[in-house]
Amino acid sequence: MTSEAPAIARPTQDGSRVPFELFTRQDVFDREQETIFRGPVWNYVALEAEIPQPCDFKTSFVGDTPIIVSRAEDGSLHAFVNRCAHRGATVQRQACGNVRQHRCVYHQWAYNARGELVGVPYRRGVAGMGGYAADFDPKEHGLQKLRVASHKGVIFATFSPGTAPLEDYLDTPLIEAIDRLFSRPVKVLGHMRQRVRGNWKLYAENTRDPYHAALLHGFHATFGLYRTNQKRKGGADRARAHSTGVTYGDDWRQASMGNVEQDKVVAGYSLADPSLLEGRPDFNDGVTVQITSVFPGLVVQQIMNTLATRQIRPKAPDDFELYWTYFGYQDDDAEMTNTRLKQANLVGPAGLISMEDSEAIELIQRAIVRDGREDSFLEFGGLNADLDKDRTGEATIRAFWRYYAGLMGPSPIAAEP
Amino acid sequence: MIAATSEAYGAICALEYRYARLLDDDRLEEWPNLFVERGVYKVIPRENLSRDPPLAIFFCDSRAMMQDRVRSLREANVYNLHYSRHVVSNIEVLSDRNGTFEVAACYTVYQTDLEGQTRLFGVGQYRDVIALADDELRFREKIAVCDTFNIPNLLAIPL
Ligand code: FES
Ligand SMILES: [Fe+2]
Repeated sequence: MTSEAPAIARPTQDGSRVPFELFTRQDVFDREQETIFRGPVWNYVALEAEIPQPCDFKTSFVGDTPIIVSRAEDGSLHAFVNRCAHRGATVQRQACGNVRQHRCVYHQWAYNARGELVGVPYRRGVAGMGGYAADFDPKEHGLQKLRVASHKGVIFATFSPGTAPLEDYLDTPLIEAIDRLFSRPVKVLGHMRQRVRGNWKLYAENTRDPYHAALLHGFHATFGLYRTNQKRKGGADRARAHSTGVTYGDDWRQASMGNVEQDKVVAGYSLADPSLLEGRPDFNDGVTVQITSVFPGLVVQQIMNTLATRQIRPKAPDDFELYWTYFGYQDDDAEMTNTRLKQANLVGPAGLISMEDSEAIELIQRAIVRDGREDSFLEFGGLNADLDKDRTGEATIRAFWRYYAGLMGPSPIAAEP
Repeated sequence: MIAATSEAYGAICALEYRYARLLDDDRLEEWPNLFVERGVYKVIPRENLSRDPPLAIFFCDSRAMMQDRVRSLREANVYNLHYSRHVVSNIEVLSDRNGTFEVAACYTVYQTDLEGQTRLFGVGQYRDVIALADDELRFREKIAVCDTFNIPNLLAIPL
């Protein structure tokens, strides 16, 4: 007799109450891998600028599945699972590189830049012993492929044949947001990684949460760089899976992120070395901050001159990696590159305006271990998920949970036979 | 040729140990004074070293900027409550050009939370340039190259 885990609670329909067990249970995590990350979504996996040349590759993840993102000899993009079709070993052990063949070290099966099996040692056997049957077809033993689509050099992959075309999935406001940052050729400046002892959805919530910005993050207020009256504007796709928002600053240096009444008390210090916030706008639209969250695990940011994608890589119910790809433009001069490298202080695991986020997430994860049926309370700004009316409250998070619940189905973990 | 006198080596070790102790004793305000005024401090993930210039996750190119960082840690930032322990070892003088020393060392940093539980936070290498300034040896440059570039949670206290 097998004992089944009890069916789990689900978010309320309006997305305003979320049971904590959604952040802690292994069966929820496993279901998410199947239903969401391998479901009808486009997962961000890499930038084309990271694999510009034929046969360039980069290892990445879709959910917790390791994959290889590759550019074939003819320039086309491919993604396949980094798990040998023979006995399951990791095929490509490097983070990135340029190879014509991905060769598994275990028995030397070799795959080309499209993930197709092109080499099997002793396929015909040795001295009449071993080898594979005559009908062994290498075509049936390639690496498991994902569908790939790239928009302006931002590469997405999906396991599902049913995923809508990428442009439909993202929808116009998101495409416009991505186009704004990716209309010029980009150049990758490096990566930042942090490993957070928390559930991946807590980070997805965090990037959709303007409520916390000026309350948790104190840098701007402390150094007199924050004003409450900054103009904000946002948008979302039809399905409300994603969101994007910009903040306009009348002063370039007011790269603030929120807009609520209760600021942290302004201490009135000023920077002893203001060169940190010098720089020049990349665009002429007055936007100092643009944050775009694409379901399930991508954030694209511009904060002043810092440009980055953030990929949420779930590892376990209480563990994810946050992987930052930090970039500039190919036509940046040396001064602009220096500006970007210096402003990198603002973001990432040691970021002056970002280090608090992962700590907030760990604080939640630590406290909810036992009370899975208790709820996270998300009623700031009402119960709506109307992103046009509410750019300062929790509407965007409620929208996330509504979309999440829709994908997970009526009973996220039905008792299975 | 012997690269550095034992007297110089002793002074360099003393600087490295003092650096670690100030951070571990929460004397962050004194940390910038171990650098020259235009001193450079960076934390660079090892995987970024192949790039030129490499992206750092912590970047100061003046003592004033380090002071800003400390003020931010004191007044603005929220980070995991912990004690840190910096262990500096394998201190090696790579070159001595008229009293400007190029130094390599290893660091191991542990964090202990308020329940008294310790975990390894990270290991890596210091690549330092040390010279005499205002009668004391100070860092012109200190680059912490992280082997542990997947930062557990966040990095607040300098490495
Ligand atoms: S497991 Fe890869 S070749 Fe055998
Ligand atoms: Fe935040």
